[in-house]
Amino acid sequence: MNSEQALNRYTLRLADNALILAQRMLELVAAGPELEEELANANFALDYIGQARMFYSYAAEREGQGRTEDDFAFMRDEHEFGNLLLLEQPNGHFGDALVRQFLFEIFYRHLLDALTQCADQRLREIAARAIKEVDYHCRHSSQWMIRLGDGTGFSHARVQASLDDAWRFTGEMFVADDVDKLMQDGFDGPDLAAIHALWRRDVGKVVAEATLDLPADEWMADGGKQGRHSEHFGFLLAEMQYLQRSFPGATW
Amino acid sequence: MYTQGLDQAGKDKQLASEAEDRLSAFQARVDAEEKIEAKDWMPEAYRRTLVRQISQHAHSEIIGMQPEGNWLTRAPSLKRKAILLAKVQDEAGHGLYLYSAAETLGVSRDQMVADLLSGKAKYSSIFNYPTLSWADIGAIGWLVDGAAIMNQIPLCRCSYGPYARAMVRVCKEESFHQRQGFDIMHALCSGSDKQKAMAQDALDRWWWPSLMMFGPNDSESKHSAQSMAWKIKRFSNDELRQKFVDVTVQQADFLGLSIPDDDLQFDDTTGHYTFGEIDWQEFLDVIAGNGPCNRQRLEKRKQAHDDGAWVREAAQEYALKQAARTAA
Repeated sequence: MNSEQALNRYTLRLADNALILAQRMLELVAAGPELEEELANANFALDYIGQARMFYSYAAEREGQGRTEDDFAFMRDEHEFGNLLLLEQPNGHFGDALVRQFLFEIFYRHLLDALTQCADQRLREIAARAIKEVDYHCRHSSQWMIRLGDGTGFSHARVQASLDDAWRFTGEMFVADDVDKLMQDGFDGPDLAAIHALWRRDVGKVVAEATLDLPADEWMADGGKQGRHSEHFGFLLAEMQYLQRSFPGATW
Repeated sequence: MYTQGLDQAGKDKQLASEAEDRLSAFQARVDAEEKIEAKDWMPEAYRRTLVRQISQHAHSEIIGMQPEGNWLTRAPSLKRKAILLAKVQDEAGHGLYLYSAAETLGVSRDQMVADLLSGKAKYSSIFNYPTLSWADIGAIGWLVDGAAIMNQIPLCRCSYGPYARAMVRVCKEESFHQRQGFDIMHALCSGSDKQKAMAQDALDRWWWPSLMMFGPNDSESKHSAQSMAWKIKRFSNDELRQKFVDVTVQQADFLGLSIPDDDLQFDDTTGHYTFGEIDWQEFLDVIAGNGPCNRQRLEKRKQAHDDGAWVREAAQEYALKQAARTAA
């Protein structure tokens, strides 16, 4: 793999992260705890779909083989998706879904920030646009972490359990594989070790204000970026891809 | 006692005459097309009618998120997914500002939501029908939102200011929704035989329920006359239904779809389409709770409300703690 191929793979991973998280958020529509949260969830999911479309379109252009954004989203199999395992996990309750958003968004915000400085112009442009949206998402998820953590005894215990449960999926964000390394070396891409430090600082600050405890870094799951997913993922794709697979070549 | 009695009778008479004066002054303002605002005096029945109508409208927006939300995870392209999500988000937004408009009449959102969940308040019966294929998302936009617009455009001129102003924004977004629905149908009708069959099947199932959305025939409509006098309502149910049929039949022709009504024909003398008899028993059944999805829709709403209770309690508790910290 050369650095140009790595950039293609990297762009698809960014797209997959945004799409798979959005897909999980869509399952939450009409199930929110408050009407205002319905609006926030739909609004943020819409941001992620928009980002996925920009990344997929760019990946399609770079590949130059006539594939479209929809071919990437609907006609690839599980092992071809490079999203983080955290994002494909089932929603659980409001606290579980919130913790997933929070842990990812703080990471993603720093990742996008680094990408606004990378050597690839299109990724710089997309990142510059996406970071404005994700800034707002981070504020929203951080505030809810604090409300639930420093809310009732019940909400505190519940969100602490969500945090403990999701923690094992965070290691994968910061383990640089060949794609990440080639991206960093060839295109001044993100330095995951540096982002890890920033992420720990920001997550730690919110968790402390929420009167919660940071879980210990024990065993971490990985494989999502390389296409080795959890059992849940096949069902997510089956549902998402069903119409495109049932009517091959149809226009919608 | 006797003297006191006489005094009371005089007072009653005076009060009655004052009330009559206020009532005619109110009607004069309505007749002059002035907007009635939240702080203005209004007859109690006017207020009650508006609370009922606006809250029903808000509930319909909220319940309406479910049949469409049913296809968000399965939308056939990223573009369609994004458009459908934007539409469902608009509906949540409509619910929010309609609840706010109703709150100006002195009823709380909590109370309105409680009435929805207890089954006391109604919502549009159309949302008790299932979305069985992707084409149903097209049919809802084209027919259901199309019918809703016919009903709602006149509401932008409703005599009650907060409702009229909310409806201006709602209608702008609804017309986008109607167009996206027609666009989905158009794509299906320009597609394969299977896609066309999917579109026809959706029209077959949604046509009659869409006609029912305009409510009972004028001869049976119990709230109509007073609402017309108060300029809450501007056109009768049958007038609006006729307008909808006239416009929609031509759109179906353009799409190459058949309206599922053997009695449908164009009347040269009136310039309108005549159409078959609506199955009013079905309409009454669905209103009474016996539509295909009544229980499912309400159960899902209750479930969301119950599942969210601990979240709302936590937010409230946190707000109290914050207030105490600020005060300290």
